[in-house]
Amino acid sequence: MAFRIIASQCTQCGACEFECPSGAIRFKGEAYVIDPEKCTECKGSFETQQCAEVCPVPKTCVAAAAAI
Amino acid sequence: MSAPMISLESLTSRRPLDQLPVTAKSSGCTSSSCDVSTKPVDMDQAIWAKIKNHPCYSEEAHHYFARMHVAVAPACNIQCNYCNRKYDCANESRPGVVSEKLTPDQALRKVIAVANEVPQLSVLGVAGPGDACYDWKKTKETFKRIAGEIHDIKLCISTNGLALPDRVAELVDMNVDHVTITINMVDPEIGAKIYPWIFHHNRRYTGVEGARILHERQMLALEMLTARGILTKVNSVMIPGINDEHLIEVNKSVKQRGAFLHNVMPLISNPAHGTYYGLTGQRGPRAVELKALQDRLEGGAKLMRHCRQCRADAVGLLGDDRGQEFTLDKIPGEITYDPHKRETYREVVARERGDHATAKSEALEIVKAAGDGSFKVAVATKGGGRINEHFGHAREFQIYEASPKGITYVAHHKIEQYCLGGVGEEATLDGIIAALDGVDVVLCAKIGEFPKNRLMEAGVRATDAYGYDYIETAIGALYADKFGAEPQAATA
Repeated sequence: MAFRIIASQCTQCGACEFECPSGAIRFKGEAYVIDPEKCTECKGSFETQQCAEVCPVPKTCVAAAAAI
Repeated sequence: MSAPMISLESLTSRRPLDQLPVTAKSSGCTSSSCDVSTKPVDMDQAIWAKIKNHPCYSEEAHHYFARMHVAVAPACNIQCNYCNRKYDCANESRPGVVSEKLTPDQALRKVIAVANEVPQLSVLGVAGPGDACYDWKKTKETFKRIAGEIHDIKLCISTNGLALPDRVAELVDMNVDHVTITINMVDPEIGAKIYPWIFHHNRRYTGVEGARILHERQMLALEMLTARGILTKVNSVMIPGINDEHLIEVNKSVKQRGAFLHNVMPLISNPAHGTYYGLTGQRGPRAVELKALQDRLEGGAKLMRHCRQCRADAVGLLGDDRGQEFTLDKIPGEITYDPHKRETYREVVARERGDHATAKSEALEIVKAAGDGSFKVAVATKGGGRINEHFGHAREFQIYEASPKGITYVAHHKIEQYCLGGVGEEATLDGIIAALDGVDVVLCAKIGEFPKNRLMEAGVRATDAYGYDYIETAIGALYADKFGAEPQAATA
């Protein structure tokens, strides 16, 4: 399981990148992307997923399964 | 010894030198006390030293100095109902809007390009989109690199205050001595109607709980800044029906905690911007409502009335955004700072300001000596404190009020430019006349017979008889004309 960012919605603010405790987020092309290999969904670090918690646009940083 | 006289116009104008109008008459200023004479009488000398070249903090300085904002910190830690993070626009002028986000390296190049071309540049700010204190690494890196190149540039930030208490020590270290905090409430119940959520200590807080944390952090930050002698301006967005009455309380609270200036700005709310307020039909205040509130706040924290609600990547004098001239594609990859223009400009301005201060106090004497009356004047200007813009080229009028109490700056009214490509548009003129409602006289550098007559029919006298004079000199003479005292040539 991992989180993913809907590129068309992303404002490229980058808040997710520096809140991510796993270093799983980086800027690629037009949006930030989450590396599913590195994403831990913040388990063990925080109660909530930091990327989704800080993202300013609703339904843009979502559980990968839900986005499909 | 006589210093070479450099025309202020030659430095501020973008037109070639040979097309410039004759320089204004001026008594010149040989006194070294020029600086002192422009200081408002009720202001502390130390504060004046900090704000005298800051266009946003000093109403007087905004005639002479320019600021620029670099959009290096796009990440934000709160959501405001008047902000839409998805919106970018080249043609809109309002806070939060930006055409390109910059890395600290790009920001450095841009600031050097502007400093080389815009001699009025005195202040560099980070003011959104996003929050300068939350997206701190980039703000800090930007400030450090730019201060290393341009030693006399003033650094300032605009922030929502949530992360500000954590940054105060570093701000002090970096000599950032101007901070603006946007404070829209001191009551979390009201805050909950403005802020849907905040992100603090790794979690999202909503409703009153979130607003309370924001409020407490804002008050703490303001107190910390005051204790360290950092000048703090408070911005408040006036939202009718939500915090308009409440801003009186906000004004008292922030004054008590040492805020130097309070800037009440009207909510900008347009459905096309896609903000929560825009979509729910929350209206912004009318100009008269804003002025009425500002008038009620007189006597509290000092009010700012010359704010232009500029873009987060604005460049230039307030009211004259030159941002589009300095987009990244127009800036060379390698660029070196050349201090020459800024240094020369500062010498000219030192003389002009002293001269202007003398002209102002003479005009004030005239107004006080004249009979009892008051009138409103609209001025077309492109800076320098002079009436130096053509009626047809003006994109805004600066409104002044003259009465036995003095000559005061009231507001600015944005207008559509009347003359485009050498031709005046009649429909535009109707809009301008509407914007001049309540104004008695329009002062400009030049005006054609047609618009002059149309204005006259609408009851507004327009004149270019005082073209290139100081604004106050002209107002003083007009006032004396109208209310009885002997007209005097203030700059003679």
